[in-house]
Order: sequence, then C-alpha cells, then structure tokens
Amino acid sequence: MFDVDVWQEIFSTIKKNKLRTFLTGFSVAWGIFMLMVLLGSGNGLQNGVKENFASNSINIMWLWTGDTSIPYQGMKEGRTIKFNNADYTFLKEKGENLEQVSSRYYLPGTIVYTYKNEYGSFETSSCHPALLEMEKVIIASGRFINDMDMNDSRKVIVIGENVRKALFKEEDPIGKYVKLNNVPFKVIGVTHDKARNDERTNYIPVTTAQRIFNGADRVHTFAITTKMVKTVEEADSITAKVRQGLAMRHKFDPNDKKAMGSFNMLTEYIRTMKIFQAIKIFVWIIGIGTLIAGIVGVSNIMLILVKERTREIGIRKALGASPASVIGLVLLESILITTVAGYLGLVVGVGIMEGINYALEQALASGAGDGIFFRNPTVDFTTAITSMVILVVSGALAGYLPARKAANVKPIEALRDEN
Amino acid sequence: MIQISNLHKSYVMGSNSLHVLKGLDLDIQEGEFVSIMGSSGSGKSTLLNILGILDDYDQGTYHLGGKLIQGLNETKAAMTRNEMIGFIFQSFNLISFKNAAENVALPLYYQKVSRKKRNLIALEYLDRLGLKEWAHHLPSELSGGQKQRVAIARALISQPQIILADEPTGALDSTTSFEVMDILKEINEQGKTVIIVTHEHDIAAMTKKIIRLKDGVIEEVIKNGDLQLFKDRVRTE
Ligand SMILES: Nc1ncnc2c1ncn2[C@@H]1O[C@H](COP(=O)(O)OP(=O)(O)OP(=O)(O)O)[C@@H](O)[C@H]1O
Ligand SMILES: [Mg+2]
Repeated sequence: MFDVDVWQEIFSTIKKNKLRTFLTGFSVAWGIFMLMVLLGSGNGLQNGVKENFASNSINIMWLWTGDTSIPYQGMKEGRTIKFNNADYTFLKEKGENLEQVSSRYYLPGTIVYTYKNEYGSFETSSCHPALLEMEKVIIASGRFINDMDMNDSRKVIVIGENVRKALFKEEDPIGKYVKLNNVPFKVIGVTHDKARNDERTNYIPVTTAQRIFNGADRVHTFAITTKMVKTVEEADSITAKVRQGLAMRHKFDPNDKKAMGSFNMLTEYIRTMKIFQAIKIFVWIIGIGTLIAGIVGVSNIMLILVKERTREIGIRKALGASPASVIGLVLLESILITTVAGYLGLVVGVGIMEGINYALEQALASGAGDGIFFRNPTVDFTTAITSMVILVVSGALAGYLPARKAANVKPIEALRDEN
Repeated sequence: MIQISNLHKSYVMGSNSLHVLKGLDLDIQEGEFVSIMGSSGSGKSTLLNILGILDDYDQGTYHLGGKLIQGLNETKAAMTRNEMIGFIFQSFNLISFKNAAENVALPLYYQKVSRKKRNLIALEYLDRLGLKEWAHHLPSELSGGQKQRVAIARALISQPQIILADEPTGALDSTTSFEVMDILKEINEQGKTVIIVTHEHDIAAMTKKIIRLKDGVIEEVIKNGDLQLFKDRVRTE
C-alpha cells in the first residue's frame, strides 16, 4: 500500500484539483495554527504568572503578629501578640509539614550605613541562613549568612547592589567593614538585586540583630516553607495547623487574623494554576472545534471527489482493483492532505510563537520588557506531537466515509454508457 | 472455456423486477471468436457483464476455465478479472488524466508489477498496435480509433485468455471499425477467446460464430460454415 505507485496515483489526482485541495488543506492548517497560537499564548501567560511566583519558593508562608481582635479564654481583645525565639524552635521542631523556617527581627528606627566618607540609610533584613533558598536570594559575589555566623552572632552583612553602588562605588566590598549606626559589620556577600525591592537586599543574622539592636529574644515575622502539596485544601490545612500551634502558645483564637496574620503562597499558586488549567482545556476545545470543521471540509471534498471519480473507480475495478486498494487510494489521499496541511499549520503556528518568544527575550535582556506579563509563549514538543497524531487520525476519519463509498462503487453502474 | 447453463438474471428496481436472462445455455470453447447480437434491451450487455464477473446472476451455473463462478467476493472477483479477462468498451473508458502508456500499464499495477517493468511492457504493446509515438499523450489528444487501440493494448497486457468487448466499434466510423476488427481477429488467431457484442451485421460477420439473443434466451447460433448464408440473409433483410 505504501509504494511509490500509490503516491503517484494520489499526486496525479491532487494535481488535477489544486485549488480545491488547497482550500481544504487551508482549513485544516488554520485549525492547527489557531490551536498552536492559542496554546502558546496560554502557556505564555501561565509562564509569566509562574515567573512572578518564582521570586520566592512557591511553598513559602509568612507569619506576622498584631493585637487580638477576639476575646479568648476570659482575656479581652486588644492584647498584643509577640513572637520570640522559642516560637522558632517550636516551628522548627514541632511544625508538621514544615520544611524550613527563618525568623526576622525588625531593626528599630532608621539604620545609617557608613563606609569611609559615604553614608546613607537602607532597609535591613535579619534572617536565618535558610532564607537564601526560601526567598531565592541571588548572590552576585561572596556568600550568604551561614550557621556559624548565626551561632556566634557574628557582625556580618550581605549587602545589596544599591548599597554597593552608593557606598563602595568601584571598590570590591567583600571583606570590608560597613558601619550600621556606628557598629562595624564585615561584608561577606553582595546580592544581585534585579527586579527586587530594596528592602530585601541587605541581610544580617537574626541573632546578631537581636544582640546589637536590643532585641533580646523578640521576633517580628516568620518565613516558612511548607511541604509541597497539590490541592488548596491541603495547603489550607497546613496553614490552619500552624495557626493552631502558635495560637495555643500565645493564647489567642486561631481564627483571629488580627492577632496573627498569615499568608500561604502555595494556596494562591495552586488556585492560579487551576485557572490556567481551565484556560488550557478551553483552548483545546476551541482548537479541536476548529480542527473538526477542517476535517468535515476534507471529508466533503473527498466525497465530491469520489463521486466525480466514480467512472474512473469503476474502470480500475474492472481492470482488477480490489476494494482494499480503492479504499487505500482515497484514505491515503485524505490523510496526505490533512497531514501535510496540518503540519504546515503546526510549523507556522509554532514558528510564530517561537518568534514572539525570541523578541520577548531580546526585550527582557535589554531591560525593555520589564512590564510584560508574558513568558516563553511556546508549545512543548509533546503537545506538537499529540496534535500531529490527532491530525493523522482525523485525516483517516475524514477519508473513511468517502473511501467506503468508493469501495462500494459497482463497475457495471460506473461504466454504463450514458449516451 | 465458458459453460453456462440455465442462467437467469433479473434487475430489481423497488417493487418492479425485470427478468432479462431467462434460462440461457451457452458453451464457448477456447480460441473461439464469437459475436453476440440481438435487439436493444435483449440482454447482451447483461450477459457480457456476467461473463466478465462484473455482475452476478440469480440462477444457473457459470464455469469459467473449469471453475465455477458464483458468489465470489469483490476481491476475488477483481483478481479473477485481472488474470483471466481483458475488457474493451464502446466508450473506451480510458482514465483521462493518465497518458496512453499509463493507461495500458494499469492492469499490471494491480498485479504488483514494478513501475519500470510494466511501463516497458506497455510500450511494447502500444508498439504492436502502432501507437508507440502516442505513448505519452493523454486520451484527449487521441482519435477514437487510437483510443480504442490503446484500450485493446490495455486489455491484452495482462495476457488474459478471454477478451470481452461490448460494442467495441460502436463509437467508430466504418474504416476504423474494420481496423479494430482486424486487430481483434489477429488476437483471436494468436489463440485468445474473443467475445464481442455488436449491432452491426458486417462486424458480426467478421467473427466465427454469431449468437442471437431474443427474449432472454438464445434464439439462434450461426456457426462458421453458415456465415455465408447469414451474410446473404443480411443482404436481403
Ligand atoms: N442495472 C440495471 N438496472 C435495471 N435495469 C437494467 C440494468 N441494466 C440493464 N437493465 C435493463 O435490462 C435490459 C437489458 O439491458 P442490456 O443492457 O443487457 O441490453 P442490451 O442488449 O445491451 O441493449 P443495447 O443494445 O441497447 O445495449 C434493458 O431493458 C435494461 O433497461
Ligand atoms: Mg448494451
């Protein structure tokens, strides 16, 4: 069935019906093209949103405290809740489904940074070494805070690009001392601050912060990474457990959002991704719909073609063509038209999306694309292959009816002289 | 070669049924040159279609080359046609978008002969029929006589034992008709059984046996020796 002759037969009929073949092929190509563009765009949007999430671990959770707003166990509302180091130990050791914990102590007042004759005030974060991973801090040079810095409450600092520029100019800051309100801190690393706000660019060990800035064992906020779960319900239950544990320790109603605030990124992430899944399904439905329209077109054309070729098919049968060979002729032609047209649509669609992606990457690299909420709007290989398989199958479907009709042509009826 | 006994064939159209062949008996030996005559609608084409396994019959038996032809599936029928029978039609039935050589080679395509080989054989047959220069022309560029010669080459290429021709000269002028008949005669002399349907007495007179159909049965068989008689009768009719 797959020898050169069959193809020669098919090409000769296609050549005879160029325009019609083109029009049918075009509708199939258009269907696949639309599918690719829509899927690519959906992916681009999804990747853009993912990228937004990617400035932190997606399973990060933040906790902070305030005043109670619900009376609890005979205690009036309005009590101020404060975290401390014991809470850190509690979360670290008892926290179910939690992976890493970092506490933060807010340095009081404005901190003035001084190096030689240069000075300025900057935001300062205090944290545990784990924060590097949790908030995806990027180290441009040197290193981040480590356990020894923590244990010895070393006066070390990881500075941001802004501080390096303002105070050190062209100098290499690593190993130099910068004064924070007259207390010298040794610079151990510089962060890469692209697309990050200033507040998150200078880090000192939380133990050092508490000691130098009279914090005792006070902690203001926690950053926690939780177990990676798949559903909103699971993520919510992790949040609830954390709230319950801390509410017990500090005696407030676990539902009191004012006493302790919490934000679980994973919940939001899962929710957003669900929306994109729905969008994707929608896109497939539209794409397949367009494709079906194309396939019906092919099927129609093939039916007309078979009708026109009734006499020819009759001749072939009289000369010894088996029904199978006639079916092969029609089916292969239909598959050929859909596959070639569909492949062209696929290539053009994927090509356009890759082109957009290239332009986007250029824009981002040059810094012009900062506001674009769109990343890597391309279709992956599996999807392209899947579409191809769908095409071949649909080509066969489109050809099935006409092929059956052709196989049923009776030579005597086809050959009867009408004159 | 061909043995038919008590052959019945009706065409059913809705509630109507037209009984065309009514218990026909026929015996044709290998190497015969037979013409079938009869008035229009007498069932000549019907009989020829059954002989060519293009149609089936209702009752009786049909043996072709000693084999009973009955209830063959389409694939088997196609194979038997391809191997045993060459067809020639009144309206040539060449495939319009294929050139002469490709048309001639088509039966060999269904025998899975390689493209190169069958094109070579096709050229050989076209040459025999004096159409070598026309091998690469489309049917639309050929005259009626040329088209029928292409069709004859196509009927011969699979080397069948039987040639069936339904009014092969029906669309041709008399000179060309006689040319075609000469070719058929030559083919018959090479040992093939040739059966033609015709309306024209002078064409029929060129065959060795005439079968006259009437009312679905054979009315008369005129054999070789009586042909002169037949010719005289035609003249007076
Ligand atoms: N497929 C068919 N369905 C119904 N009736 C048919 C069919 N084919 C032929 N007939 C009828 O059967 C009868 C015999 O037809 P057939 O074609 O065999 O005649 P014929 O002898 O070849 O006539 P002609 O000389 O005009 O070609 C005619 O009345 C015709 O109308
Ligand atoms: Mg007839």
